[in-house]
Amino acid sequence: MNTIQYLIQQTINAVSVGSLYALMAIGLAMVFGILRLINFAHGDLIMVGSYAALLSLGLGAPFWTAVLIGIAASTLVGLAMERVAYRPIRGAPEVAMLLTSFAVTIFLENVAILIFSPTPRAFPTPPILSGALEFGGLRISAVDVLAILVAAVVLVLLTFFIRRSEAGVGMRAASQDLLAARLMGININRVIVMAFAIGSALAGVVGILWSIRVGKIDPLMGFYPVLKAFVASVIGGLGSLPGAVLGGYVLGFLEILLQGLLPSSLTPYRDAFVFIILIVLLLFRPNGILGSTEKEKI
Amino acid sequence: MVTARRSNLLAVLLSLLILVAVLLVIDLAASAYIQRVVMGLGISIILVVSLNLLNGFTGVFSLGQVGFMAIGAYAAAILTLPISLKSVNLPELPAWLGEVQAPFLLATLAGAILATVIAFLVGLSLMRLTGPYVAVATLGFLVIVQVILVNWDRMTRGARTFSGVPPYTTLWWVWGWAVLTTYVVWRLVRSAYGRRMMAVRDNEIAAQALGVSVMRSRLLAFCVSAFFAAIAGSLWAHFFTSFSPKAFYFAETFSIITMLVIGGMGSISGSIVGVVFVTLLSEILRNAERGINLGFLTIPPVYGASQIIMSVIFVLVIIFRPKGLLGGRELDLGRLLPGRNRRAAAESRAVGGDERPS
Amino acid sequence: MLKLEDINVQYGNVRALKGISLEVREGELVTLLGANGAGKSTTLMTISGILRPRSGHITFEGHDLARAGAYDVVQLGIIHCPEGRRIFGGLTVFENLRMGASRRQDRRAVQADMDWVCALFPVLGKRLTQTGATLSGGEQQMLAIGRALIARPRLLMLDEPSLGLAPLIVRDIFNVIQQLHSQGVTILLVEQNARQALQIADRGYLLETGRVVLSGPVAELRANPEIERFYLGGSALPLDGKHPAGT
Repeated sequence: MNTIQYLIQQTINAVSVGSLYALMAIGLAMVFGILRLINFAHGDLIMVGSYAALLSLGLGAPFWTAVLIGIAASTLVGLAMERVAYRPIRGAPEVAMLLTSFAVTIFLENVAILIFSPTPRAFPTPPILSGALEFGGLRISAVDVLAILVAAVVLVLLTFFIRRSEAGVGMRAASQDLLAARLMGININRVIVMAFAIGSALAGVVGILWSIRVGKIDPLMGFYPVLKAFVASVIGGLGSLPGAVLGGYVLGFLEILLQGLLPSSLTPYRDAFVFIILIVLLLFRPNGILGSTEKEKI
Repeated sequence: MVTARRSNLLAVLLSLLILVAVLLVIDLAASAYIQRVVMGLGISIILVVSLNLLNGFTGVFSLGQVGFMAIGAYAAAILTLPISLKSVNLPELPAWLGEVQAPFLLATLAGAILATVIAFLVGLSLMRLTGPYVAVATLGFLVIVQVILVNWDRMTRGARTFSGVPPYTTLWWVWGWAVLTTYVVWRLVRSAYGRRMMAVRDNEIAAQALGVSVMRSRLLAFCVSAFFAAIAGSLWAHFFTSFSPKAFYFAETFSIITMLVIGGMGSISGSIVGVVFVTLLSEILRNAERGINLGFLTIPPVYGASQIIMSVIFVLVIIFRPKGLLGGRELDLGRLLPGRNRRAAAESRAVGGDERPS
Repeated sequence: MLKLEDINVQYGNVRALKGISLEVREGELVTLLGANGAGKSTTLMTISGILRPRSGHITFEGHDLARAGAYDVVQLGIIHCPEGRRIFGGLTVFENLRMGASRRQDRRAVQADMDWVCALFPVLGKRLTQTGATLSGGEQQMLAIGRALIARPRLLMLDEPSLGLAPLIVRDIFNVIQQLHSQGVTILLVEQNARQALQIADRGYLLETGRVVLSGPVAELRANPEIERFYLGGSALPLDGKHPAGT
């Protein structure tokens, strides 16, 4: 494989990984934008969806039905999370909300460990997705193609939704000025529920894609993804949906870049480097790439 | 005024005496299990009180405390490890370290100083951030430390167990440091430094307008809390004598934050109360995990239940008592002495504001 | 139409409103006057459901508002145009206006009202596709009022519409408010600019540190020496910087 082929191959890898990060980051950004809540438990929705899908498969459901069940499960648990843990503390300081999301994470992870045991389980790949596209010396796995396609479709749909639909504009209004939105009679509960529903469904989708890619699932599988999604969101600008998408792809590229550029002795430190780069970025653009550069005015 | 102060001082001295007496009893007569719990209490107090300085009094929401604990633990342990063991477990250690075996206090202090220096360097950048950004950045620091510990085999044995650490930690070391930590933080909070920290916490812009250097206040808090976190790490390492990087990660972080929040941020005595409450509750729950026989009812073992219950309690506290068990206030020990002035109880209701959440 | 009885509101330990009572009858333009911190905005926020009173009654057209949330209050037709305008900066003028129609179901009538608002404030019509953040202060205020009007309020509450605006723009805005008043819209106007407010209102209340200290028809208030001295610049040191004799 020559250099150009290598570059294209890696670019495709980066776009594929970035797609997953972007989809996750969107869910985080939606909720943060309106509630100023950093939902760490978002990662566990990946886990919930994957286990639900696996269970359905075990009960004999066809693959794509299991996928739908998985996504539905993620959505339901996400909505439950909002109703039970986050709604009662709306208006609390940001710190309290962040900590509550930790508590929810611990809760979900331990319940999963209790029910499913901490040992990882294999997640099957359906025959359609086990192949790969090969052309011009490049090899793109079917899962990667699917990830990129799904992300593209979701992004288009979401853009329409956010820009054109009444509900979407309401969401944007709420994330810009919650008080004014309330005073205009926008049904904040409905807006928040929608944000959680969309974000959780996306998490479910990411869960399935992730599980197929990695081939196995375990109760703690959501921890790293949510951390990365969060980094992606911060890179792009917290609370901004385009920022989340941008951040997701930037992070994907960053990881692949580091993987390729770091000498082999340093590759295990890749994640540390990602965070170092994040910290440096925050020094120059504390609000992320797409965030405002204005300092707070009195 | 003087009477109030003197009554407080009296109360504090009395408490210290009681503490010493209790420790004596435990040291001489209590079971190993109780000693372990009490030791854990002391170490947690060091961690949470110093964390409170940063999170509660300065308003910097840091998730990286345990990273400094890890630095203190590993640094001190590497120094105190007997030379013979060093050549076996850490054969590739640089020569100057491989030939050294330091006494406990020196090693502990060395680890703490290392952590403080790192805190200073890292803090120069991190302490410029606020709110969720500093939370993520410090979490990033925690991850960075973890990654380094897991991969720097030469120094840390990587993900493998680091064992053979001499068991230097005693009840007296732990509680001596705990008292010192509490005293230092308490004095700091009541000093001009502390007032500046609280000003920065409450209103950054106003503080700047008054000439307070936000960076300096935050950096000071960051470094002091890192120092004591590392002390706690070393004490921990020399008690458990074998550990791996996993011990200094997310679970431990959540544990100390739970204690901090339940006790109440911005209250030193609150931290102590929080530590005691959470530790004792966790122990009870953990014992219950093995199954309870109530005579008429047997509850089967449910492992992991203690974590689940703790997280539920955590959420409940945040919903119903967001300022912690002490309502963000300090425990007024002076009131416990007979015949002293009692403050009106009506004033001390914890406030949650009158906003309707819609 | 709207009646507040003995309303007490607290922020933590601080009592912001200490037993406020006031009334707004249908078709009236009532003004709430007072200095900074007197409790005017707090009063509006209590009515619109953002704050909850510790004690007291609020009734609007027979409905009890004390327990109502912001959403329900808006459904009843009380629209609060908040202090500082608070338009949605990232949304276009059109989208901002559309958000005002949140409580309404009738599409066609909403469209008609949009045209009406653009006729009232021509500059908005010109900037329909621009984002709110690009508008000037005065334009933003017009947008805020327009947004509130699209909701077809039964009671329109305006919080300091003149704040931070140039005198000419303030005059325009007050002209519009007067127009609305003559068209029958019931208005509760909070203002620090007592002079302007008293020129167009029917009745007024004066708040000081959370209490109503004066109330009555505007003619009475204007004649009152307290008001003249402290709020209309009658004293030697005019507090609002305006010349006592001129406008």
